[in-house]
Amino acid sequence: MKRRARLCLFLAALLAFITGARAAAIQPAVVYDFGGKYDRSFNQSASEGMERFKKETGISYREFEITNAAQREQAMEHLARHGATLIIAVGFTQASAVERVARRHPNVKFTLIDAVVDLPNVQSIVFREQESSFLCGMLAAMASKTGKVGFIGGMDIPLIRKFAMGYAAGVHYVNPKDQVFENMIGTTPAAWGDPTRGADLAKSQFGRGADVVFHAAGASGLGVLQAAQDAGLLGIGCDSNQDYLHPGHVLTSAIKRVDVAVYRSCMDALKGDWKAGHEVLGLKEGGVDFSLDKDNRALITPAMLKRVEQARADIIAGRLKVPEYPGS
Amino acid sequence: MKPRGARELPGWADWALLPALNLVLALLIAAAVVALVGESPLQAFRLMARGAFGSQEGIGYTLFYTTDFLFTGLAVAVAFHAGHFNIGGEGQAYVGGLGISLAALHLGHWPFWIFLPTAIAAGALFGAAWAAIPAWLQARRGSHIVITTIMMNFLASALMTYLLVNVLIAPGQQSPESAPFPRGALMPSARALLGDVGLHFTSTPLNLSFLIALGACALVWLLLWRTKWGFALRVAGASPGAAAYAGISPGAATIWAMLISGALAGCVGLNELLGSQHNLILDFVGGAGFVGIAVALMGRNHPLGILAAALLFGALYQGGSELSFDMPHVNRDLVVAIQGLVVLLCGALEGLLRAPLAALFARFGNRDRAPAGD
Repeated sequence: MKRRARLCLFLAALLAFITGARAAAIQPAVVYDFGGKYDRSFNQSASEGMERFKKETGISYREFEITNAAQREQAMEHLARHGATLIIAVGFTQASAVERVARRHPNVKFTLIDAVVDLPNVQSIVFREQESSFLCGMLAAMASKTGKVGFIGGMDIPLIRKFAMGYAAGVHYVNPKDQVFENMIGTTPAAWGDPTRGADLAKSQFGRGADVVFHAAGASGLGVLQAAQDAGLLGIGCDSNQDYLHPGHVLTSAIKRVDVAVYRSCMDALKGDWKAGHEVLGLKEGGVDFSLDKDNRALITPAMLKRVEQARADIIAGRLKVPEYPGS
Repeated sequence: MKPRGARELPGWADWALLPALNLVLALLIAAAVVALVGESPLQAFRLMARGAFGSQEGIGYTLFYTTDFLFTGLAVAVAFHAGHFNIGGEGQAYVGGLGISLAALHLGHWPFWIFLPTAIAAGALFGAAWAAIPAWLQARRGSHIVITTIMMNFLASALMTYLLVNVLIAPGQQSPESAPFPRGALMPSARALLGDVGLHFTSTPLNLSFLIALGACALVWLLLWRTKWGFALRVAGASPGAAAYAGISPGAATIWAMLISGALAGCVGLNELLGSQHNLILDFVGGAGFVGIAVALMGRNHPLGILAAALLFGALYQGGSELSFDMPHVNRDLVVAIQGLVVLLCGALEGLLRAPLAALFARFGNRDRAPAGD
């Protein structure tokens, strides 16, 4: 009898321990945007951050890829109701859904990437994409032999104009007379997933004399990089490091460390350090950068590297101002 | 406009049995696909059914999606009765949403019961205006409406992106969205409406627009089958030559049918914008205009059939999201594939089973029974 009582006590303690531990742990979830988690670019970067968190902590997460506008709110509401304690919303289009769901669930934490919502339970993370685009523009201008370079964006929206402005400024910083061609993939969200159109536009820019083309077009950009390889010219990747896709034909990539932001947000939540508020990540914070690895080292000469590193230091020190799209 | 050979089937088989058989066939193929990715098909269908109808939340979302499909399905059907295939529901709904948003942003302070008819009129007017261009081109220039309406879809999204990025964007923000609508301009939610009569309903995007869509079903039925005008429209659709001989102008019928069609599609914004998003956003239509084509085909272009088909597609949409929540191996692309199979078999291939079924009826059916339902 006594033994059974002791067993009961032990089981009760075990139960308390397990539930206690569960209450302390976090339950993260992520909602991707239209591009989907395998876009090899923006959304995938977020997914890599989540995977890293899962691998290091053993805490699993839930995820959802949306297919229509109403699903954003539905997915977040569903996740919030079913025990998620931290919901990461990837992409600027999620802002209004985050705002509404966050108001209804003040005890759930929300991390919003690429847009700002001012609520006591929302952490907004935006990047200074214009800074990495500026450095990529410099590299493009220095690598170009024709004095003509290209930019291909997904849609003509403020976020992409940020990339385009920074890039053009970087090109003109090196060679004020260089020409920059600018095209957009489309006007619907399908623009982020149309590599064929990306390749077509890249080919037309090559036809007009461009020999380096930078894309900020999500999965459509894969077509841009493919076209650059086919033409024997250079492309510049975006968001994730895409140098490995076509080694020798991707000059560099404008990296946006969505993975780091997502990973850190989860880690902070786990440690209890998660804070609501507004965070801007630029070169200085390591939030954006250009890539340099074994796949593109041969394309970037020491002289180019020296110049671009100097510009990076100047931007970080505030001596060099990169033009910014108003409202960001 | 029934396809040739419809005479060989009794009415009930054409209206109910054939769509049901097509649906079963689509679900069987979908089951095979689900089994291929290593999940249980039975479990998947149970999840979808429970997700769509098993809770107040599920029912709310299902009827919310149904509302969109009712508007776009009716839009396709009205054009179809006049002999035209309006593929431009997507663009007409998008531009209609612009009218609704402008009304909400500028007139949202009006008392709601005066504002509501204004908003409906604005959406209908903008949608109709967008449809008027291909209609005129078809009636007076002979440009095929299938081609022109598709092109108008792209123009609509280009126009809306431009307006949202440069004109309507709320000041000081990055995301291309309009400022939020004033509180008084929002559609009362089903929760609020049912709450007024003492019933509890959970919070979902379902709103008053659902009743407006049902009203639109009734109106379309009255218009097409109970007015001289609707008769003229159907005659022009069935035989332009006969219509001209009877003194009906096929060109005028085309233009009127397309205007009504565009006006119906333009009302999608009532549900999506005033009912759910509460501001104007990019691409709020989200494919509802194209789903409307399948809904109209499956519903045999009759308001009652469209109601049933819209409900089915609403359930597929809502059940589909529930499925991707709960089955890790079923991602959103597979859900789209399942929805696509239903569209393919019920819409595009709906004649697939017609001939075998007709042969079956000819052999075993009661031959002296008169075909009903025409």
